[in-house]
Amino acid sequence: MTRTIRIGSGAGYSGDRIEPALELAEKGGIQYLVFECLGERTVALAQQARMKDPQSGYDPLLEERMRAVLPTCAAKGIKIVTNMGAANPEAAARRTAEIAKSLGLRGLKVAAVVGDDVLDACKASNLPIMEFEGTIGDFGNRLLSANAYLGAAPMAEALKGGADVVITGRASDPALFLAPMIDAFGWAMDDWDLLGKGTVAGHLLECAGQITGGYFADPGFKDVEGLARLGFPIGEVGEDGSLVITKVEGSGGAVTARTCKEQLLYEVHDPRRYLQPDVVADFSEVTVEEIGPDRVRVQGGRGTRRPDTLKISVGYIDSYIGEGQISYAGPGAAARGRLALDIVRERLRLTGVQTSELRFDLVGVDSLHGPQLAAQGSEPYEVRVRVVGRTDNLREAVRIGNEVETLYTNGPAGGGGATKSARDVVAVASVLLPRELAKPAVRFVEA
Amino acid sequence: MKLREIAHSRTGDKGNTSNISVIAYDARHYPLLVAQVTSERVRAHFAGVVEGEVTRFELPNIAALNFVMTGALGGGVTRSLALDAHGKSLSSALLDLEIDDRLGDTLS
Repeated sequence: MTRTIRIGSGAGYSGDRIEPALELAEKGGIQYLVFECLGERTVALAQQARMKDPQSGYDPLLEERMRAVLPTCAAKGIKIVTNMGAANPEAAARRTAEIAKSLGLRGLKVAAVVGDDVLDACKASNLPIMEFEGTIGDFGNRLLSANAYLGAAPMAEALKGGADVVITGRASDPALFLAPMIDAFGWAMDDWDLLGKGTVAGHLLECAGQITGGYFADPGFKDVEGLARLGFPIGEVGEDGSLVITKVEGSGGAVTARTCKEQLLYEVHDPRRYLQPDVVADFSEVTVEEIGPDRVRVQGGRGTRRPDTLKISVGYIDSYIGEGQISYAGPGAAARGRLALDIVRERLRLTGVQTSELRFDLVGVDSLHGPQLAAQGSEPYEVRVRVVGRTDNLREAVRIGNEVETLYTNGPAGGGGATKSARDVVAVASVLLPRELAKPAVRFVEA
Repeated sequence: MKLREIAHSRTGDKGNTSNISVIAYDARHYPLLVAQVTSERVRAHFAGVVEGEVTRFELPNIAALNFVMTGALGGGVTRSLALDAHGKSLSSALLDLEIDDRLGDTLS
């Protein structure tokens, strides 16, 4: 019989619910629990935090998550793999070891995967930006961070070295799941088909609740029970790359062919070429089949040789954004909202606010898809005026919200609930780096 | 009829590119999707939202189409001025597309 492991997905983003992860550890019959918590720009923000305090720069919910699941995981021998290390995996590993100690869990091995930080290599190479014209050098002193999407190998090495908890910084999300498979089955790092199948599994699991009925329900068309106690997914992965997606019995939500199909294509471009650090996965021949309640078999994943380059996420200070909002209600609400937008548009011009981009929204009417699609709708009972603009300094950004706020006493009748904000924008762009320039390594800490 | 009656959909984001899946509830409707939910129609539907190209990928095994739309997210999720910077609500707008179900009979 084919050897099988069960991998639980305990988080789909950094702020995700925590109790479904504990439910997986307690009742999921899992051997591995993975937490994917690192958004596109999170490393750049974490790097800013680390520059202020060298002991910080990891996920703010690390402590709460570890305290919740470590006792159960330690008791049952469930290995944890996570990218909660963000910009400082070593500090996150030390903190996790301290938490384990404080919980009375002696001898727990915590590993940090380092080496995703390739800022120096990127600065030296002046690589071209993928999303727009220009090179990494153009960012000058606005450049904050450059982190490689690492593959599964260093995480698998940590697991093989006996780690109970593996904490990485930037790594490809599916690789967090691929690492346990490589650890358990000893898959070769050039067995492209197996790595492709494992990547299908990792891709399906990485957003946690998005495959168990979250981000899915549409009443009357796609109904889902129990979203307030949504269960997180479990992947049953076989040594041959076979896969069944399921969840904890009795938890909310549903695993169906439909939820699996939606997640298979989530954030995918060419389904034949899903680029990963370890493999180019091919999703085009994948099939899904319901084989029982909340059990879906997924077959047909493939893979070809990995790319020679690694994708690097580059964080930089892009601009500043100022914003103001105010509400109107009752008969004529939309007309007063439009008048308010016209007034602010003229005020920003009259007072010479310097912006490179401006946006005027009526929330409830056209803010999401613009005037063309909104023209099909009818007039709402209430609207919210939203003016937002891009500036190159904070002072100018503040002036945008101020001009919306002054509508209280200078604008249309009945404007209420004005709010304003101004902030700097840390954005990310991508470059491709020859893979040999990233040098990942594993460091152990013992509780 | 509306596309919503025969298909479901999910939006994903990467940088300034949005992808929208369109998945037939019943595989028998897949030819209808292939014939009528074209890149050109999707691009026209999102005029004013999508500034770049719309590319369609076909996945007959799961009776689904995948649309990749560049220049769709206000300069990129991390810098966009849009309320829905990720474009997560775009899938709902696409399901409002009109589908001619008589056409399907001749094609399938």
